[in-house]
Amino acid sequence: MAYVNTRVRKKDAMALVTGKPVYTGDLVPQNALVVKLLRSPHANALVQEIDTSLAQKVPGVCCILTYQDAPQSRFTTAGQTYPEPSPYDRLILDRHLRCVGDPVAIVAAETQAAAQKALKLVKVKYQVLEPLLDFTKAKDHPILVHPEENFRSLCDVGTDPKRNLCSTELFEMGDVEEALSHCDVTVERTFHTKANNQAMMETFRTFTYLDEYGRLTVVSSTQVPFHCRRILSNALEIPKSQIRVIKPRIGGGFGAKQSVVSEIFPALVTMKTGRAAYIAYTRQESMTNGSPRHEMQMTVRVGADRDGNIQVIDLYALSNAGAYGDHGPTTIGLVGHKALSLYGKLQAARFNSEVVYTNTMGAGAYRGYGATQGIFAVEAAVNELAAKLGMDPCAIRERNMVCQGQTMPTYYGEPNNSCALDRCMARAKEMMDWEHKYPRRVLENGHIRSVGVAMAMQGSGISGVDIGSVEIRLNDDGFYTLLLGCTDMGTGCDTILAQMAADCLDCDLDQIAVRGVDTDQSPYDTGSYASSTTYVTGMAVVKACEKLREKILETGATLLNLPKEAVEFDGKRVFQPGIDRQVSLSEIGYASYEGHSRCLSASESHSSPVSPPPFMVGMAEIDLDPDTGKVQMVDYVAAVDCGTVINQNLARVQTEGGIVQGIGMCLFEDIQYSPQGRMCNDSFLQYKIPSRMDVGKIRVAFESSYEPTGPFGAKSIGELVINTPCPAILNAIYNATGLFFDTLPVRPQDIALGLLEKQG
Amino acid sequence: MKITVTVNGRRYTDEVAPDLMLLDYLRGKGCLSVKRGCETSNCGLCTVHLDGKPILSCSVLAVRADGHVVTTLEGLQQEAAEFGAFLADEGGEQCGFCSPGFVMNVLAMERELQNPTEEEILEYLAGNLCRCTGYQSQMRAIQQYLARKKEVE
Repeated sequence: MAYVNTRVRKKDAMALVTGKPVYTGDLVPQNALVVKLLRSPHANALVQEIDTSLAQKVPGVCCILTYQDAPQSRFTTAGQTYPEPSPYDRLILDRHLRCVGDPVAIVAAETQAAAQKALKLVKVKYQVLEPLLDFTKAKDHPILVHPEENFRSLCDVGTDPKRNLCSTELFEMGDVEEALSHCDVTVERTFHTKANNQAMMETFRTFTYLDEYGRLTVVSSTQVPFHCRRILSNALEIPKSQIRVIKPRIGGGFGAKQSVVSEIFPALVTMKTGRAAYIAYTRQESMTNGSPRHEMQMTVRVGADRDGNIQVIDLYALSNAGAYGDHGPTTIGLVGHKALSLYGKLQAARFNSEVVYTNTMGAGAYRGYGATQGIFAVEAAVNELAAKLGMDPCAIRERNMVCQGQTMPTYYGEPNNSCALDRCMARAKEMMDWEHKYPRRVLENGHIRSVGVAMAMQGSGISGVDIGSVEIRLNDDGFYTLLLGCTDMGTGCDTILAQMAADCLDCDLDQIAVRGVDTDQSPYDTGSYASSTTYVTGMAVVKACEKLREKILETGATLLNLPKEAVEFDGKRVFQPGIDRQVSLSEIGYASYEGHSRCLSASESHSSPVSPPPFMVGMAEIDLDPDTGKVQMVDYVAAVDCGTVINQNLARVQTEGGIVQGIGMCLFEDIQYSPQGRMCNDSFLQYKIPSRMDVGKIRVAFESSYEPTGPFGAKSIGELVINTPCPAILNAIYNATGLFFDTLPVRPQDIALGLLEKQG
Repeated sequence: MKITVTVNGRRYTDEVAPDLMLLDYLRGKGCLSVKRGCETSNCGLCTVHLDGKPILSCSVLAVRADGHVVTTLEGLQQEAAEFGAFLADEGGEQCGFCSPGFVMNVLAMERELQNPTEEEILEYLAGNLCRCTGYQSQMRAIQQYLARKKEVE
């Protein structure tokens, strides 16, 4: 293999590092209207009156749309395969405002200044209602977030809007209470993880226009172009055939752009006015009305015998959907299935969950998608169990971790065909020098250096649901075009899929021209989410290339007047082995363009009945100042099994980046609301994401297994890597201080006060 | 207000609103490498050089550039490609949205600091946020780039 498992430079890298205009905001037509939203100041209110007459008079204002102008079909903005598990609970503009920042009116004007002036002149009379902000009290609360009669749920996910329930799920294996009663040691603790913003550097943005055929064209920073087409069709009540979605380069997504956040507003303006329209969310808007991680409260009960064999895990999770149920019913599933399945000897397990509506910002998909929260809770509880047993936290994992060859009853009964978790643990221990560093040492300045550990897994796509499709064409002169429906959002999938194609076709990487995504031209792909692209779309690449090779062989054989079985293809030519008869790929390319009824092209789709988990072990070394409680990251070691690594650079950078997002979640990031339900820390000034000063060293090693159902043996990498920092850093904090924390982020004041309390 | 600004070697005289930010002025001039990532001067995406010194163009008024020389990544294409190649070889651009501001600040650092230590590099670039990479690949690229530069000297 020439390209797979090497450090190939991303195909678009040089354009990006030299600042070429390749993002949505760089491509906006000059005459596009500027779209701005008037947002609700209240967390729960009804629009009683709305008067736009004064605002309409502002020079340059083109249109102002209110709920009276918008279609009345409910839809979900969650980018998921139809029928979406997320309830249809949303309108483009609703009279009932369910969270601060819900859109009240859409203003479109010739200039930003005119739009902003008009926003201030729209007069709204609100009937302000009491908001429901505490998600632990939401179920059966007298305040209903979704009292409307036309609320719809397409899938049976246990939705009951009359009880503020977005979804419910119960999974049970064995008798949990019985198993717990036989355990020598048990731990029970309730954990609380917060809503986090993806904080991708490019905020939500979209422009729309009517093309030469009169169809709505949507150019957007989206992870889900094909879902976007359907969602816009639902929202605008226009046929899908009238919509085309184009994805240029994306300035980061991390799941945020798996929801259709900004697209609906300029689309409505373009449909109403016929004009091109552009919206770019401010950072504040991205913070207050994006699609953040679900805040959760999780109670874990875990039990083991005195030798440290973990017998049972019971997990209850309560998730805050916020005002809308995007990804609510699906994120919650991962909390249980991806966390419990790390342990392979369970006699009994239970996962019980409820997702509730409140009047806070609607949540969405954020890297890890529930697994991050569940793994944090279970891994933190297992660390506490190890402490109670007097065991090294690595030793309890070595004894209990899931192994290759096992069937995973808590993971939809899927087989664990590729798992190097044991090797990951050994490698991480060696890299961290765990035996010497565990648990802590005190430095001369009084600071404490300590280490902590956690394991993690994720999936590779959604089994039996996600579809990856590609088309590959041989062009004249013998180069290829690879058409993709998945979305490179900086992750580099355009490049890694080209690497696979180049290896399948034995050609130079430069011979593969990649193009994605335009829903009019690209083959259908569910999009880039759920860690699906490498594994699912990658397999579609392998299949399409195999098919194209056959066609090349056939055409070559025909040109040589030989039977197909007599010839071979080496990437450059079709030839008869041993005899000097050959036809070059270039000649085949030209020939296929002349007088033939078929061009050489292959299109393949792939969907997997399984979602093989990638695994990893993460170890944190911290420097803790016991006087101030400040935790400084010193070193982070990651040993990752993502199957075959397709691109060593990109997999490494994915890992480093995911770990840093996890560090942010553990130590800094926390969406906070005022008592009235307004997000307080709605800027980078207040919502702190890690800077390069905060992260210490990060070292990554790959311990690859070989996944038989994946392309070249590959599994996923993108989401897995965010899951270990929270529990590993908490474990390091415990090893430094003896304090167990259960609420994220762990702030210096929590540690300092905890130490004071402990000292009495 | 009337201003005269040299942008990437070309002189412009324009009538601008007094509250126009340099960032918007530059994007209006086609310098689309200049990105806005926040409204609070926290992210570093809009970094350009004003008379050779790095500034945040989101928080400098266009009128402040009157009579001055502004350079964006469009005006430093050769340097950008030279350092950018190291970044690309580490996969350190990822989504690339923060790359222009980051590269502008790296190039400013290179002029300002002689043989910077890792600590000095981190401090100099602390204001350039990146959500994709975790910063490690950027440090590797910078160190390799500076080492190569030194070799060539």
